[in-house]
Amino acid sequence: MITSRTWILAAILLLLAAVPPVAALLQQPFYLDLLRRVMIFAIAAISLNLILGYGGMVSFGHAAYLGIGAYAVGVLAHHGIDNGWLQWGLAIGASAVVAAAIGSISVRTSGIYFIMITLAFTQMLYYLGVSIEEYGGDDGMRLKIRSQFSGLIDLNDPTAFYYLVFGILVLFLYLTHRLVNSRFGMVLQAVRSNEARTRAIGFSPYPYRLATFIISGAMCGLAGALLANQTAFLTPEFMNWTRSGELMFMVILGGIASTAGPLLGAAALLLLEDALQGWSVLPKWVHEHWQLYLGVILVLVVLFARRGLAGLLPGRERND
Amino acid sequence: MNLVLVAEQTLNGLQLGVMLFLLAAGLTLVFGIMNLVNLAHGALYMVGAYLAAYFYEATGSFALGVVLGLAGTLVVGIAVELVALRTLYERDHLDQVLATFGLILFFNELIAILWGRAAIYSTIPAYLSGHVQITDNLRYPLYRLVIIGVGLAVAVLLWFVVSRTRLGMLIRAGASNRAMVAALGVDIRLLYTIVFGFGAALAGLAGLLAGPIFSVQPGMGELILIQVFVVIVIGGIGSIRGAFAGALIVGMVDTLGRAFLKPVLSAVISPTAGDAAGPALASMLIYLLMAVVLAFRPEGLFPSRGS
Amino acid sequence: MRKSTVSLRAGLVAAAAFSLFAAAPASAQQKLKIGFISTFSGPGGVIGADMRNSVELALDHLGRKVGGLETEIIYGDDQQKPDVGKQVSDEMVKKHQVNFVSGVIWSNVMLAVAPSVTQAGTFMIGTNAGPHQLAGELCNEMFFTTSWQNDQTPEAMGKHMQDAGLNDVYIMAPNYAAGKDMLTGFKRTFKGRIVGEVYTTVNQPDYQAELAQLRAKNPKAVMVFYPGGMGINFLKQYSEAGLRGQYPLYSVYTVDELTIPAVKHAALGQLETRYWSQDLKNEANVKFVGDYRKKYNGKTPSFYGAESYDGIMLIDSAVRGVKGNLADKKGMIATMRKADFKSTRGKFTYNQNHFPIQNYYLLKAVAGPTPTSDPVMEIQKTVFTNYKDSYGKDCKMKW
Repeated sequence: MITSRTWILAAILLLLAAVPPVAALLQQPFYLDLLRRVMIFAIAAISLNLILGYGGMVSFGHAAYLGIGAYAVGVLAHHGIDNGWLQWGLAIGASAVVAAAIGSISVRTSGIYFIMITLAFTQMLYYLGVSIEEYGGDDGMRLKIRSQFSGLIDLNDPTAFYYLVFGILVLFLYLTHRLVNSRFGMVLQAVRSNEARTRAIGFSPYPYRLATFIISGAMCGLAGALLANQTAFLTPEFMNWTRSGELMFMVILGGIASTAGPLLGAAALLLLEDALQGWSVLPKWVHEHWQLYLGVILVLVVLFARRGLAGLLPGRERND
Repeated sequence: MNLVLVAEQTLNGLQLGVMLFLLAAGLTLVFGIMNLVNLAHGALYMVGAYLAAYFYEATGSFALGVVLGLAGTLVVGIAVELVALRTLYERDHLDQVLATFGLILFFNELIAILWGRAAIYSTIPAYLSGHVQITDNLRYPLYRLVIIGVGLAVAVLLWFVVSRTRLGMLIRAGASNRAMVAALGVDIRLLYTIVFGFGAALAGLAGLLAGPIFSVQPGMGELILIQVFVVIVIGGIGSIRGAFAGALIVGMVDTLGRAFLKPVLSAVISPTAGDAAGPALASMLIYLLMAVVLAFRPEGLFPSRGS
Repeated sequence: MRKSTVSLRAGLVAAAAFSLFAAAPASAQQKLKIGFISTFSGPGGVIGADMRNSVELALDHLGRKVGGLETEIIYGDDQQKPDVGKQVSDEMVKKHQVNFVSGVIWSNVMLAVAPSVTQAGTFMIGTNAGPHQLAGELCNEMFFTTSWQNDQTPEAMGKHMQDAGLNDVYIMAPNYAAGKDMLTGFKRTFKGRIVGEVYTTVNQPDYQAELAQLRAKNPKAVMVFYPGGMGINFLKQYSEAGLRGQYPLYSVYTVDELTIPAVKHAALGQLETRYWSQDLKNEANVKFVGDYRKKYNGKTPSFYGAESYDGIMLIDSAVRGVKGNLADKKGMIATMRKADFKSTRGKFTYNQNHFPIQNYYLLKAVAGPTPTSDPVMEIQKTVFTNYKDSYGKDCKMKW
């Protein structure tokens, strides 16, 4: 069903698609990098929205998959394997496996306990990453050569890389939309709104939650592989709990359980950070204490924009 | 590895546990009764440390610094509750997480604007420094014994208030069934403000006790916040008893782990294993502990009845 | 319907913006743009503040004209994260098109930023982090540093303690790459007996447990690396545990002008090794420290500030060397290699890898001039003269 929301989402995507030619025209290649970074985090946020927004599982450990995906690329490259298919395949696969392992234990809990246990696992992975000296420890690893795709696409070409990320973003938006509106997604959302009733109808929540958790982890793993290529550098910081917090904020800020939400949230948070620090229109005392203003803005958004930024858009989401 | 060392490390674990308890008690009360996830609890800890250090420096009296610091944190806590948190009680946890995170950023920068980003000077007063000779071989810093003493006293006080006073009865009732308490005609908003103020004062107390021995700088709350969350999850949310047990357990496990894990690993497995795995494992220990507790007893060790 | 309106609007905006840009006149006199990356938020912000103060002082001393050219300085906050640092450096290079990127406190941020800046053909003037990879196989002609190679400072401490004939030393550091590097560097020059080597959790606030372990081992001396807030905690607790009188405490990067105000007398007697001290008596340093105190309320600068000040002076010498012709990069490289500027550390030369060959001193925290003032760091003796780093041999640059 095409609503007014779909048009707005389409318009945003169109604007994003237009960035490379416009940036080239205005001779501002930096914005290509900035918006590509926004899109990569949007992909991670979309994956988190799947479990947090639709599934009602507040995971404070989602950054772990960013790290696993990034390290999959980094570790393989470190040992001389530059093949993008292998690297990204491992990123997705490893993330899925770890998500299955963590999920099988965590998904049995809910509420604050779920938050804490996912946090615990992420912290353990983070300390593990810091202690492995072979892969740089907390100094991190440089990615000397970006993932190679045997001539199909050259990630060193900023525009080509941009469109690849854009393509993945659109794909994930579509996949999420389909998943959420399928029979599977309906059960997932039913579990989120009323678990007892869903059980009464005969659905066991556990397999649905676990499956969603694994899919979400795998998607985030791909975002991690993209991030590693974007910064050409990866560190255990990718897995830090504060990074998980940032992803959560993007999802909540954008509006949970909405298709466009994660994209809006990622764009808002990252662009706001960039603007508060560097926009010459703002006075110096804003630049110096930008975190103060960011904090105030976050509080105001929560108090006055109940359903996040997506809630400010006209029209209703089909699943509201 | 002699007995004296073990005894000393046990005291250290007790001291860390008691500090964690002061923070955890406030946080678990607020979560249990008002169903509010307050990430900014660490900010109140920071405010307590700053105010106490500032007043000590300004008046020259540590005691006055403590009193004014505590009072100041109480005022700040209540102000925050009235202005920002009241509207959050009905909202879901996600919104609370986002809003209180915003408050953390706000407070850290505010402190940085008022006192600068550098750590400020704070110290133990002369009459509380020095050591106490416990046995022939064991001497322990006086100040840390004071912390243990204060913490245990607060624990007893809280136990008394919660189980023997009317306010405590309301608190326990509110933790079990909020709606019913309101329906019975209790001014629930006043109750909430009192409870939050209590929690803020406890956090402030932890902060002003910690100030003289830790670095007092913006963001100091976040360093300890994660351990506090681990404590209340292990202990059981909404339960003071759980916070006490959880805090002592976490304090002991963390301290003893840091002290003895590497030597034990080196002795039992091999020195290189001890070197490699020891420090890393020690940092992960409390998270492992939490995961294990959650796997077997998801509601925590001493859950408050009826939640 | 709506879709076409949106894209039409987007097109109009783009066209308007393009015409504005095309109409902007090209500037006649070449402007020099310098990007300075540091940490300006969070706990590391106190270092960034010192660096920024020193950069501003350097600009003042040069009349806001570095190398004789009108200068614009752009500050960027890396938030202590490598990927944010890289994004900030990208913004400086691609959006602001700076001629020099300088700064960077942390090694992991430097490893993300430096290669990308130099690959884009822009100069990277490091003013603190000195990771061994950049001193060795990743050395680059577009990279210069006014600081040191990370290992040199602990190597100097190791040499001093070795020469002092100390044995049974207990060493501690946080469990991350820099911590391990510090102790490795120390062990390179210290050949005595080490009774304990302990790695603590990063940002751990309480060291009571570790201090008890230390006492049980009864060493003759203690050597630690605890930067920033960790150092403040450790020092306070070491002092309050009464260990100051019992075991002499040596350290690297733990006590400096930024952390002394927070610990005051707890720092007295502390011994550190460093390439610079506020009491170095050369012309540039006397001017730097004196004017810093005047401009910034009597505060004493730290070595972070001194390096950043030198960074600007190095850039100044480079631009002067090519008489303002910023396109002559080879000329600027040749000029900078001469290290022909008034540095706050005194005269020094550059190694193959563009890392300084300089002296290292033993510093001690002694009582300040008045009874109420904070302790100050003063030079006790010179440990190394014209000391080269250990990684230069891995660098393939020859000149």
